[in-house]
Amino acid sequence: MNLRFSLSRFVAVLWKEFIQMRRDRVTFGMMIGLPIIQLMLFGFAINADPRHLPTLVEVNDDGPLTRALLAGMDTSGYFDFIGQVRGPDAGEEALRRGEANFIVVIPADFERDVVRGLRPNLLIAADASDPSAVSGAAAAMSGIVNGAIAQTLTGPLSPAAGAPLPFEVIVHRQYNPEGKTSTNIVPGLLAIILSMTMVMITAVAIVKERERGTMEMLISTPVTPLEVMLGKILPYVFVGYVQTAVFLVAAFAVFQVPFTGTFTAFFFGFNLFVLGNLALGFLISTVAKNQMQAMQLSFFTILPSILLSGFMFPFAGMPGWAQTIGTGVPATHFIRLIRKVMLKGAGTFDVTAELTALGVIVLVITVVAMLRYRQTLD
Amino acid sequence: MSEERVIDVRGLTKRFGDKTVVDHFDIAVPKGAIYGFLGPNGSGKTTTIRMLCGLLLPDEGEGQCLGFDVRRDAGKIKAEVGYMTQKFSLYEDLTIRENLDFVARMYGVKNRKSRVDGALADLGLADRAGQLAGTLSGGWKQRLALAACLIHDPKLLLLDEPTAGVDPKARRDFWDEIRRLSKAGVTVLVSTHYMDEAIQCDFITYIAYGKKLIDGRATEIPTMVGLTTWRAEGPELVALEEQLKGQPGVDQVARFGSALHVSGTDAVALAATVAKFQKTKRQRWSEVPAGLEEAFIYLMAGARDNFSRDAA
Repeated sequence: MNLRFSLSRFVAVLWKEFIQMRRDRVTFGMMIGLPIIQLMLFGFAINADPRHLPTLVEVNDDGPLTRALLAGMDTSGYFDFIGQVRGPDAGEEALRRGEANFIVVIPADFERDVVRGLRPNLLIAADASDPSAVSGAAAAMSGIVNGAIAQTLTGPLSPAAGAPLPFEVIVHRQYNPEGKTSTNIVPGLLAIILSMTMVMITAVAIVKERERGTMEMLISTPVTPLEVMLGKILPYVFVGYVQTAVFLVAAFAVFQVPFTGTFTAFFFGFNLFVLGNLALGFLISTVAKNQMQAMQLSFFTILPSILLSGFMFPFAGMPGWAQTIGTGVPATHFIRLIRKVMLKGAGTFDVTAELTALGVIVLVITVVAMLRYRQTLD
Repeated sequence: MSEERVIDVRGLTKRFGDKTVVDHFDIAVPKGAIYGFLGPNGSGKTTTIRMLCGLLLPDEGEGQCLGFDVRRDAGKIKAEVGYMTQKFSLYEDLTIRENLDFVARMYGVKNRKSRVDGALADLGLADRAGQLAGTLSGGWKQRLALAACLIHDPKLLLLDEPTAGVDPKARRDFWDEIRRLSKAGVTVLVSTHYMDEAIQCDFITYIAYGKKLIDGRATEIPTMVGLTTWRAEGPELVALEEQLKGQPGVDQVARFGSALHVSGTDAVALAATVAKFQKTKRQRWSEVPAGLEEAFIYLMAGARDNFSRDAA
């Protein structure tokens, strides 16, 4: 037997492999296209030091120091003032609904108390359910404060500018007072776990039937597409329920993540999200030719769920176009919803925006999947 | 045989991209007949069968199958057709019983339990009902697949190369079963590559390039092709075969066991050529009636390999 290495045999195998690679268009596209897309997408979109965070002000006093302070915050780039609120309840509400990440409260008689040296409190309420979104901005505050002081407390007022600071900045980290990362990550993890298993299992389960030829037998019987779709998907809804039950117990018992909101809000959001993932899996199965492709395509849908949804990195920190893409990802809305429900004590009313968004996404994916699904082998 | 037609379609056409796989195909199958579907690989047999049972929507053509419109009533047709795919298409990770039970449920079979038990007993697999279907041998898989597509007592059986890769004994048993079903009034449309199976059919249609070349009673096909055949027996047949090729009137030379069959459509020219070779007195020559086999070898030689078009 000739055991010598043959270059021509080696080249023949190499060449054959390239030909096969080129013939498998979908996989080839994934190998070349996806890394580029992902690099562009995530390289530019992910920002661990988010700026332009929506901020509301509750102004109970007005004067040069207040204006200098707010102008300083605005020019720092961390805070985007989106309006004013009246009273603490409105601020609280906006924070819980996720409309703002910060509420800056200028107390009454702020300017007078500063000049008198009474060291009034300047309250910044921050949504710390995503600690990384808040920490950068909070850290930037001291510089902003110093700048504002240097600018306004001059001349006769300069004695008030001396150390210690003429007023105290209190950052109130709400919903996650200790700034624990697990409090932020754990609720979002449910979205990721469900995305991974639901999308992949559904896609593979359906493609498997086609690949093994059993789909041909199945659709040669009088069975209808709806029967096949429901019959194949519902077992995995059950799997999703089991996963979620295990998750909730673990979140509470192991990570001490509270569940402060209403179960109804969670239940609606959870079911919509599972449905959306299953529909997405079904859609993938109409594109993928074999189980390998189904796996790869599923995996591709999971990356945006992790990186663009606000799970790993603050959503508000991403550029506008990335936020637009993120808005189309079901996990984005489910992560917001579950953080609101578990950490901020939200009820169904507080999560209507997320429920609506999830509903629209589910509807769109289902319609596209149904349009692509063929009852015949065409 | 009654004149009731179980399948009656005209102009059936299917295109995939710019390739016409089935081109204006007509077929009329009488009730209870065994209709053989012959043709080279890629000739459109599977596509035609899939259109007949509603798995593919025809691009053109119309007609009825079991009294239902092939375009609009695919669902009703499916309920009364048993379709056996070319490749084993039951679940390999389900047991024999679970597979039969599943198929029975799909068709809404009444008295399902006893029907499945009966099918298992007929198969002789009652004691192996709990075995996974994937662990069966090729012959047993084929028998199980047939049992599965008979579980709802279909009026029409569509069998797509059912005996490919099955040993001769199993093939013989399979055809005994097909004839028994045909006697019981079940209509059978079966595609095959095997000549010994084609001979068992009542009717035969031969297709190539998705076009029907010939269609008729099995007994009439040789006459329709119009071949004259001479049989040569004796020594040195290999050399004789080489010499005969290309001679006037000789369209094909084929080996049949220990004899050579020389056929042609021009009887006069062929007789003249044969007379020339008879003079050598090396072989014994006799004129024999042309059989189905010669007819099909002739048809196949006329139809170029369909795959050659794909290469372009």
